Amino acid sequence: MYPYLPHTDEDINKMLKTIGVNAIDDLYSDVPELLNRDLNIPNSISEINLKRSLREKASLNDNIRDFGCFRGGGIYNHYIPSIVYQIGAKRGFLTAYTPYQAEVSQGTLQIMYEFQTMISELTGLEVSNSSMYDGATSVAEAILMAGRINKKYKTLIANTIHPEYIEVCETYLKPQEFNLEKINYDKKTGKINITDLKNKINDEISSVVIGYPNFYGIIEDIEEIREIIPKNILLIVVSNPIMLGAFQSPGKLGADIVVGEGQPLGNAPGFGGPGFGFFSSKKEFIRNMPGRIIGKTIDDNGKEGFVMILQTREQHIRREKATSNICSNHAHNALLAAVYMSIMGRTGIKEIAMQNYHKSHYLYNKLIKTEKFEPVFEGTFFNEFALKSKISIDKINKKLHEQKYFGPLNLEKITGEKNIALFCATELNTKEEIDFICSFLEGII
Amino acid sequence: MKLIFDKSMNGRTGFRIPELDVPKENIDKKYLRKELPNLPETYELEVIRHYDELEKLNHSVDKGFYPLGSCTMKYNPVLNEEIANWENFKFIHPYQEEETVQGNLQIMYELQNYLGELTGMDAVTLQPAAGAHGELTGMLIIKKYLETNGFKNKTKVIVPDSAHGTNPASAKMAGFEIVEVKSNINGTVDIEELKKIMTEDIAAIMLTNPNTLGIFEKDILEISKIAKSNNTLLYYDGANLNAIMGKVRPGDMGFDVVHLNLHKTLSTPHGMGGPGSGTVGVKEFLKDYLPKPIVEKSKEDKYFINYNIKHSIGRVRSFYGNFLVYLKAYIYILSMGSDGLKRASELAVLNANYMKKKMSEYMNMSHEGICKHEFVIDGSFLKEYGVKTLDIAKRLMDFDIHPPTVYFPLIVKEAMMIEPTETESKERLDIVIENFKTIVEEAKTNPDIIKKAPHNTKISRLNELKANKELNIKY
Ligand SMILES: Cc1ncc(COP(=O)(O)O)c(C=O)c1O
Repeated sequence: MYPYLPHTDEDINKMLKTIGVNAIDDLYSDVPELLNRDLNIPNSISEINLKRSLREKASLNDNIRDFGCFRGGGIYNHYIPSIVYQIGAKRGFLTAYTPYQAEVSQGTLQIMYEFQTMISELTGLEVSNSSMYDGATSVAEAILMAGRINKKYKTLIANTIHPEYIEVCETYLKPQEFNLEKINYDKKTGKINITDLKNKINDEISSVVIGYPNFYGIIEDIEEIREIIPKNILLIVVSNPIMLGAFQSPGKLGADIVVGEGQPLGNAPGFGGPGFGFFSSKKEFIRNMPGRIIGKTIDDNGKEGFVMILQTREQHIRREKATSNICSNHAHNALLAAVYMSIMGRTGIKEIAMQNYHKSHYLYNKLIKTEKFEPVFEGTFFNEFALKSKISIDKINKKLHEQKYFGPLNLEKITGEKNIALFCATELNTKEEIDFICSFLEGII
Repeated sequence: MKLIFDKSMNGRTGFRIPELDVPKENIDKKYLRKELPNLPETYELEVIRHYDELEKLNHSVDKGFYPLGSCTMKYNPVLNEEIANWENFKFIHPYQEEETVQGNLQIMYELQNYLGELTGMDAVTLQPAAGAHGELTGMLIIKKYLETNGFKNKTKVIVPDSAHGTNPASAKMAGFEIVEVKSNINGTVDIEELKKIMTEDIAAIMLTNPNTLGIFEKDILEISKIAKSNNTLLYYDGANLNAIMGKVRPGDMGFDVVHLNLHKTLSTPHGMGGPGSGTVGVKEFLKDYLPKPIVEKSKEDKYFINYNIKHSIGRVRSFYGNFLVYLKAYIYILSMGSDGLKRASELAVLNANYMKKKMSEYMNMSHEGICKHEFVIDGSFLKEYGVKTLDIAKRLMDFDIHPPTVYFPLIVKEAMMIEPTETESKERLDIVIENFKTIVEEAKTNPDIIKKAPHNTKISRLNELKANKELNIKY
């Protein structure tokens, strides 16, 4: 017997008799006999042995809870309150599907409605969907959406957007014959190079994509950029949701679409997935938005309730004419974020954002004092920053690993830049460990 | 039910952060928000109660029968959840050095191989985040392969009228035009019709097999022959693999590219609509086109992440896919084993045929004969009583049954698509079969009770028109 399969031999015999066949194989008489062997997959094993074998594999990993972590680059080490896991583990959420039948999915629908509200509050835009696959695919879909709105097919993207996001955009846009051109950054500030942006703007441009903060942690001047680009060109801002707890919202500064990776909101790093992509825009663009949107309405008795809305944009109705092919999104990760935001509240998330700011600056100042690093940019940064290293970054990381720390990200592997280290500090990095790694690095030659 | 925002009280918080232990850095006020985002101010017990109440408003597999055709709502083992929560899996940064993530990489490597074996494919990418994302990835692979090999003229993709909506949407996103092929009266692809539309410019055919009517495309070998002779590739939508694991493999039937919804056949939970995982497998000749990166094993038995793939279509998402999701699929594969996976498929098919047979005593089926893991009811026979499929769906809720998929596939009038899955017992099926029977009786004798259903849920039928017209999408 298998633990998940209920059928006894007696059940099977009775059922076959009812159907009117002799054996289960008779139910496969229309299938060609092509696989006349067992699958080359091990035979089933018991829970006890399975756990043993997975424990062994798990032991080959080092995790960022046991190790201190100064690494970001798109996935961040934030504290996740215990309640987030406990609520996320509720089977009424975990084992439900898309709320196709609203009357028996009000839990899911209300959570998504609350989630949409919270994301809109952070981004400063009127409408949000109920999640996308990740930050990278959200950017790609935002660019496609802009093209649907203004019927132009060229996008300027800051080359300080996460390099993997740019690669994903290239993959998504190529078949649509959408051109992607990069905007350079200012070598001194790390912000977008305004002259380069001005030079590249023309009538064919559909949208401009900038980071807030960008891949190097630098905060862009959204208002200034908005003033430069003509009204009919859409401004897409890729943001970090934690920063938005305390810093100005991109929507208020003139962004038309705000997207990003939602992992920092209560989601574990999980080796890079799953997290979720968040997606907001101005209300006037809602019919061009990809993904699921939940709306409030009333039932037959006038009681308030929620349903999926604007489904005529979606693939199950519109097929090839849909705004996007996205069907399953990352609803459960959005739930974790909603619980996280509920528990933090507006003052909690502000405090987290401020601590990330202060801790990363404290780390920055201390690292400069070691004289092993030099600043790269002058711009204001949030929770991570790039430094030029005088010592091999791989060596630094090796030494730090011996001390049970994950050091900075070596950008050579990500952007190709030599000797540039991307350091990150969050609310989880204590003064004690920052002091320790800085004095430790001071001693390295 | 009250929204969390209505429960907010200024000055409450559910979390205490340690005091800042470093000196404060100056910050230019122009960067800061003047008004804080309106997130709720509440406290831990309130949040617990809020979500507890919400959980009760959901139907779920754990709560009861969930025969949502095409979506494969099988039981999601708690063991998978427990292991995916271990710190050495959950708290791993994607940019850790390879030496510090050998466990994860080994799991990815082995899973790639298992999924390849299960589908009859030679190489697998774990990157796509859901089924539709896998379809897009697969179609991009096909496109790049054809372009690289001198078939630039191939600009169209054939999709049956019974296919899931994501199929045409994904092919379109990959830059193809869609050609629809009609199903014949048996519910399968019409071979003559197919031959007619198989022009030189056809890049691929996307098929679900068994198809969304639960019928096996028994002419699959011939379809594959027709495609091959036209240099057309065959794409397999693996949402329905739960019918055939260990019995027959898409690769052996002639398919070149396959996506699998791990959140269906391989039991990773649907999570209210995600996260899923839409891994893609390809035959050897397409290996160099997979998205990057891919996990490989060195001669020294070290696992590494290879970014160097010759004709790669590029990246389809950041990092390496939904690791925590496919870890659960990996655990499921090992718990079931090759023997158990095959058994699961056989019993899924047994359950579906048992229900179909018993229910055809009082309901009309879209197609006669044996089905695979799901079957479709043609609800139009209820029309004479003024009852629609949607009404039946709503009435089922009063019996604690989640409605089956309705109005899909589009080619069946008043369609209702039932997929019991292998994790339901004969006793449960017998009860459900009786419940359906009761409802059909009611349709004949007391249709009002059905048209006004559901009666036992906290919320009754919702005004969708109003929701779409008035657009209230946030607090
Ligand atoms: C037949 C079929 N194909 C594709 C999909 C799309 O999968 P996903 O929702 O994971 O994108 C689904 C599920 O919705 C399906 O049932």
